[in-house]
Amino acid sequence: MQQYEQLSEQMARFNDALQATIAGFQNPDAGLESVRQSAPGAGSLGRRSFLKLAGLAGGGLVLAFRLDTGKADAESGAAGNHGPSADQELNAFVRVAPDNTVTIYSKAPEIGQGIKTAFGLIIAEELDADWSKVKVEQAPIMPKIYGSQGAGGSTSIPRGWDQLRQGGAAARAMLVAAAAQKWNVPASELTTSASLVNHPGSGRKATYGELANAAAAMPLPDTATLKLKDRKEYKLLGKRYTGVDNRKLVTGQPLFGIDVTVPGMLYANYQMSPAIGGTVKSANLDEIKKMPGVVDAFVLDGTGNPGEVMTGIAIIAKNTWTTFKAKDALKVEWDETNASKDSLTGLALQAKALKGKLPAPATNIGDVDAAFASAAKVVEADYDYGMVSHVQLEPQSTTAWWHDGVMEIWTQTQQPNSGQSMVMAMLKLPQEKVILHQMRAGGGFGRRLQNDYVCQAAAIAMKVNAPVKLTWKREDDFANDFNRVGGFHYLKGGLSKDGKLTAFQNHLIGFSADGNRPVAGSGRSNGCFPTDFAPNVRYALSNLPLMTRCGAWRAPTDNVQYFVSQGFMHELSTAGGRDHVEFLEEWFNRPPAKEVVREGPPGQGTPDPSQSFNPARAVSVVKLAAEKAGWGKKLPAGRGMGIAFSWSHAGHASHAVEISVSANKKITLHRIVAVVDVGPVINLSSAEQQMQGATIDALSTAMNLEVTVENGRVQETNLHEYPILRIADAPHVEAHFIQSEFRPTGLGEPAYPSFAPALANAIFAATGQRVRTMPFNRLGYSL
Amino acid sequence: MPYQLNVNRKTVTVDVPGEMPLLWALRDELDLKGAKYGCGVGMCGACTVLMDGKAIRSCLTPVSEAKGKIVTIEGLAENGKLHALQEAWIDLDVAQCGYCQGGQILSAAALLAEHPKPTDAQIDEAMNGNLCRCATYIRIREAIHQAAEPEKKMEGVSHATV
Repeated sequence: MQQYEQLSEQMARFNDALQATIAGFQNPDAGLESVRQSAPGAGSLGRRSFLKLAGLAGGGLVLAFRLDTGKADAESGAAGNHGPSADQELNAFVRVAPDNTVTIYSKAPEIGQGIKTAFGLIIAEELDADWSKVKVEQAPIMPKIYGSQGAGGSTSIPRGWDQLRQGGAAARAMLVAAAAQKWNVPASELTTSASLVNHPGSGRKATYGELANAAAAMPLPDTATLKLKDRKEYKLLGKRYTGVDNRKLVTGQPLFGIDVTVPGMLYANYQMSPAIGGTVKSANLDEIKKMPGVVDAFVLDGTGNPGEVMTGIAIIAKNTWTTFKAKDALKVEWDETNASKDSLTGLALQAKALKGKLPAPATNIGDVDAAFASAAKVVEADYDYGMVSHVQLEPQSTTAWWHDGVMEIWTQTQQPNSGQSMVMAMLKLPQEKVILHQMRAGGGFGRRLQNDYVCQAAAIAMKVNAPVKLTWKREDDFANDFNRVGGFHYLKGGLSKDGKLTAFQNHLIGFSADGNRPVAGSGRSNGCFPTDFAPNVRYALSNLPLMTRCGAWRAPTDNVQYFVSQGFMHELSTAGGRDHVEFLEEWFNRPPAKEVVREGPPGQGTPDPSQSFNPARAVSVVKLAAEKAGWGKKLPAGRGMGIAFSWSHAGHASHAVEISVSANKKITLHRIVAVVDVGPVINLSSAEQQMQGATIDALSTAMNLEVTVENGRVQETNLHEYPILRIADAPHVEAHFIQSEFRPTGLGEPAYPSFAPALANAIFAATGQRVRTMPFNRLGYSL
Repeated sequence: MPYQLNVNRKTVTVDVPGEMPLLWALRDELDLKGAKYGCGVGMCGACTVLMDGKAIRSCLTPVSEAKGKIVTIEGLAENGKLHALQEAWIDLDVAQCGYCQGGQILSAAALLAEHPKPTDAQIDEAMNGNLCRCATYIRIREAIHQAAEPEKKMEGVSHATV
């Protein structure tokens, strides 16, 4: 058992690290300090040069690392890639070419959330750039220059908002200063528009390209002198833009991590224990090594950290398919003495046995027992939800090359900074010896907050005398995901005679690797169940042991617990004979027992109001959803409407859903209305995509998706056992934005959590049946 | 052994086992990365290519059976001119992560070849084998309609009120 306990400890520590990273995402990025530095290609990087992407003839993506020249030369033949010598870098975000092309570096990973276009637009807005002449490129991973470069928690926009705008404004100020000097006029007489500096007094104009050389010689402006635009001055932000990489995407250019080609590279797959924590007793490696095309096969002991490298077998071959074929032929005897024995069916029975066995409450406000005793009505309900997988469509892959004492990595992570740090720690290398190239990711959904596949590739590459591309099979992704954890809630609510919520109790049965600290995604969601939910509130948490790896999944905790809290709210309003929208409004405006704020990292001072729960914003999103959907109108027989609210990842959101349900529980979606307030919209096209995509993702997951675990093994192996929604079942989703005057916040997650409860409430309205479990197909519902 | 393939209007030779799926010959041998690996069992459609105009799953098609004229997403545009679907995909900003979109466009191209003005039902039937994990389905439908009937150019997909 000792090793099992070690694994528990490792798992718990790993979960702590993940939670800390997610919390860290809420720090705003540094201001102009980082902007003062130059982008790659400048001398500031010293002798060690940086990588250039170049599309060579033949369409392959080749990334060449020049250790020797000290120059950041692109490979020849680069389509549209101009050499740095002709361009002027005004700061780490902005480069201007003589032909007036502006290159903007997007520092964050692009995972489908549209951040590359959004970051380009934010910088271009303050720069007053001509968007048609702007190119946006992925910035290199250089935390010393850019600060944090992660993508997670819908935080990229709020974190980067000041830094990016200052980057654009600083570059603009330098271009203006250059024109002022050239024309010998005060800078205050100059205006800018569409990559031009204008002197209205004399009618003189100069393009940014013409001014770039002189601008680059100007002193870097002081932050205090930069005047950022008022919202009414925006020329770019808020309109519809097609994504900056769309032409490359629709012509099949190699943008993704899995598309990386490094000359001379080999291919790898990695077989881990089917139950986490198993070790290799024996394997037919000699047979595998004899297979045609197989170059090598070997055991890696791993680090024992579930977030890094667990024990397994690496297969090295001349192409991807041979690694897969060899994997099929691999016969391993695993020692599972210390491996996970998790059984979700067994754990569900344990959870049911805990009903009514309330542990010492974690939170106790008011006198809950007295309030229940004097309540006009008491409502009790049990909710639960299963475990789900990420299934980002691009399987995990990473290319790694150990050469010249440097570990060079190409990957599509959501956390390049921690990926680099983890490899540094694992290989005991300093930062300058681990170079990580950020590639576009074929989906993230939180899975790529983990860097296990990055660490695996690096560990494998240490033993291979060539660049090596690790590619997981889809089956590997199912078996080794960091799943969204399930949970069980035993709820009790008390209502006064006039239907007001007087007391609330939530007993959550969650999961923990060490019996104490919840696994990632477990534990109470503070947004769904705020402490001022009611005048008298009690929360209690029981933890069941779980070794199965769990992690962040789009809108962690909120993605399931709003289903619970908003469904139960509807049970309460119904029991109280109240109109649900009115009941919600009363709840939003409840007298606070304690101020509800987004819980940021400790010691960060006052929370940002734009990221805090705001009753007025909450009321406005629900009211708009109700109005658009026609809440309260008489519906035809057999139809029902549901509405729900969420405040998640700083966004206030509401869904209203109108459905009918057939006798055999087939649901027809007549109308879906989605509303968010995330402040001013950056790119309306992308914002609408996130609303529609998150809503359909929520529909797909709420209706049909679940993974099961028995004997430590995830039972589902591929898409035939995991029916993600397809186009024939995809409804239309109306997206509505309330563009309040708060600072903009992210939209990868906020439009997800309120959909499932809205649908569950609609099912009740249509049928009188409560849905208290996810996925809904457990109760026989289908689309 | 060497196999001759016709890919994007060129004859090429790959020296691989005949059972190797076309997907991996394209990606690893011919360095055409447009066809994507998603599931390996024909369930996601990310690996879709055209063979003699029909949308096929290259992950399930052995090289030895790839005897027709193959068009990958890299070869859909001819002489630098994008296919109407590619134009519509850009115009309507269909992609989120973009990983599945090459396969989506090729399935749509096969659909339009058969039904130049498809109904929503025909679109849903023809496109149901192509999974989009980001759920861009609403725009995929609109983009196919726009490519098929450009005179009915969509005035934005949005119902957005702002």
